Amino acid sequence: MDRELTKSLYKTMLLIRRTEERILEEMMKGKLASTMCHVSIGQEAVAAGVCDAMAPQDYLTSTHRGHGHFIARGGGLGRMMAELFGKETGYCKGRGGSMHITDITIGHLGANGIVGGHLGIAAGAALWSQISSNDAVTVCFFGEGATNEGITHESLNMAALWKLPVVFVVENNHYAMSLAWERSTAQLNFTEKASAYGIPGVDVDGQDALAVQEVAKAAIDRARRGEGPTLIGAHTYRFLGHSRADPSKYRSSEEEERERARDPLTILRTKAGTDVITDSDLEAYEAEVKQQLDDAVKFAEDSPLAQPSTVFEDIYA
Amino acid sequence: MPTMMYRDALRRALYEEMKADPRVFLLGEDIGLYGGAYAVTKGLLDEFGPQRVRDTPMSEAVIVGAAIGAAMIGGRPVAEIMYVDFMTLTMDQVVNQAAKIHFMFGGQITVPCVIRTQQGTGRGAGAQHSQSLESWFVHTPGLKVVTPATPSDAYGLLRASIQDDNPVIFLEHKGLYAIKEDVPEEPFVTPLGVAEVKREGADVTLITYSRMVHLALEVAAQLAERQIGVEVIDLRTLQPLDMETVLKSVSKTRRAVVLHEAVMTGGLGAELSARITESLFDQLLSPVRRVAARDVPLPANVALEKYVVPNAEQVISAIEETLAVKQIVR
Repeated sequence: MDRELTKSLYKTMLLIRRTEERILEEMMKGKLASTMCHVSIGQEAVAAGVCDAMAPQDYLTSTHRGHGHFIARGGGLGRMMAELFGKETGYCKGRGGSMHITDITIGHLGANGIVGGHLGIAAGAALWSQISSNDAVTVCFFGEGATNEGITHESLNMAALWKLPVVFVVENNHYAMSLAWERSTAQLNFTEKASAYGIPGVDVDGQDALAVQEVAKAAIDRARRGEGPTLIGAHTYRFLGHSRADPSKYRSSEEEERERARDPLTILRTKAGTDVITDSDLEAYEAEVKQQLDDAVKFAEDSPLAQPSTVFEDIYA
Repeated sequence: MPTMMYRDALRRALYEEMKADPRVFLLGEDIGLYGGAYAVTKGLLDEFGPQRVRDTPMSEAVIVGAAIGAAMIGGRPVAEIMYVDFMTLTMDQVVNQAAKIHFMFGGQITVPCVIRTQQGTGRGAGAQHSQSLESWFVHTPGLKVVTPATPSDAYGLLRASIQDDNPVIFLEHKGLYAIKEDVPEEPFVTPLGVAEVKREGADVTLITYSRMVHLALEVAAQLAERQIGVEVIDLRTLQPLDMETVLKSVSKTRRAVVLHEAVMTGGLGAELSARITESLFDQLLSPVRRVAARDVPLPANVALEKYVVPNAEQVISAIEETLAVKQIVR
């Protein structure tokens, strides 16, 4: 076991978890400027594992449930929090909010509010990488709900046909809002789905960060070698409702308990053992994360609000 | 000056931009080996190779999506969607993605891409291959919308569109590909957002764009014989919209007619009529008139199609109405 990798994955997941908990806390206090906010609690291993496998020049596209991808890719917490608080120092100048968080300087091509809307964009970024030989791979995160959108088929087909350097990562949290995965498709196996496009498909335990990192690394390396896309089905679980308004009445509490017991943080700690991630490590991580979040929230609070007149800016370049 | 067809002028613009800028590349259905459904891209595959002239699967959404993604990280793609009617299959990409990215992400990312497509009637292509859908795009802040009527403008405006840092919906007209005009040999760029007064006249301003410019000029010539001066304005781009030129002209003539091939309801005519009235209400001698296609789907039967779209008689009658009102006012 790679001790450094394990520690790093754990820290990333912890940072995502605590950040989203803090976001919910701030939301309850009425600090958020928008009503739109979707957290990925329970799904941290996918973001952490995949982003760890990416190279600095790589790109990613993200979803409405994108805090994890953003943080795992190294997005700054202060400007992220400022964005959620509707401040002009936010990454999107306080007009994007949680659902559209972006930082182009880390190769983040945007969190997208349209389910499946960014799959073509990911294919296009990879197309430009191929044409310009910029050695970058684009990672496209999407939920299993997006696999039933039309553009997903178009994008997978084009990427496979042209061997584009893109990796499609299905973050299968088992619920497209209220619709269970099993109620949405007759083919539950991503290896099989991928075979329709003539590309490799991998089903991986999305609660196991090390396993995710390993398949993502292989897929990204393959894409970088010019051998084309891979479809990764990372099976995870959305611990909370779709949004704050969702009490999750469409699933049983037994199911929720069973799945929550498979917490990616616990799984990694257990796999690593207490000698790799010691109790005092944990304490130190928690303290470090808390400080980071306090600083981020303070930065957001101290920042000026986005002014209404700025809505006329940036409509055209 | 060499005489050039509209389609050849477009090809010249693509060729020159691709020669000048290695970031420019083309993607679309049947644009390579086949040379484009309307032969605009003929020969470009041989010239620039399959990396930069890409025949795509029949996947309109990802054609536009891929253009957006490439544009976001440094490419300058020109995508071709064979018919504007097929733009319906790309609307999420156009409306929610291309138009929003620059604003929504706080100005961090630009989307310099051109979506070329063609629209309009004249070939009996039927309800799903003949529409004029410019209003949909004009209704979406973040897009630029270009509607060239002549070979010179097709060339100059396409070059400007490719050089622009914003997503541009470039609406050609299927009935114009074979029209000819002398186009200067010296390269030039026609800026977006500048209308052109195609013919001066003192009595009424006739505002139009795309193929209807030619009908407007025909009508203006006819009415000149009756000593009625029609000032014809070709808007050339609908977003940005050159209201300055429009209002200047209408301030002079004090009467306006808007002509377009798209259906009347919710069309550019309504927008222009409102803007002219808001600005010049007390100067107008008659209400602004609209001449547009009837509010029906387009039939494939050429005779029925002809009945739906505006003709010279309708334009003349609208102009006569604006002039008649003046007499009543007297």
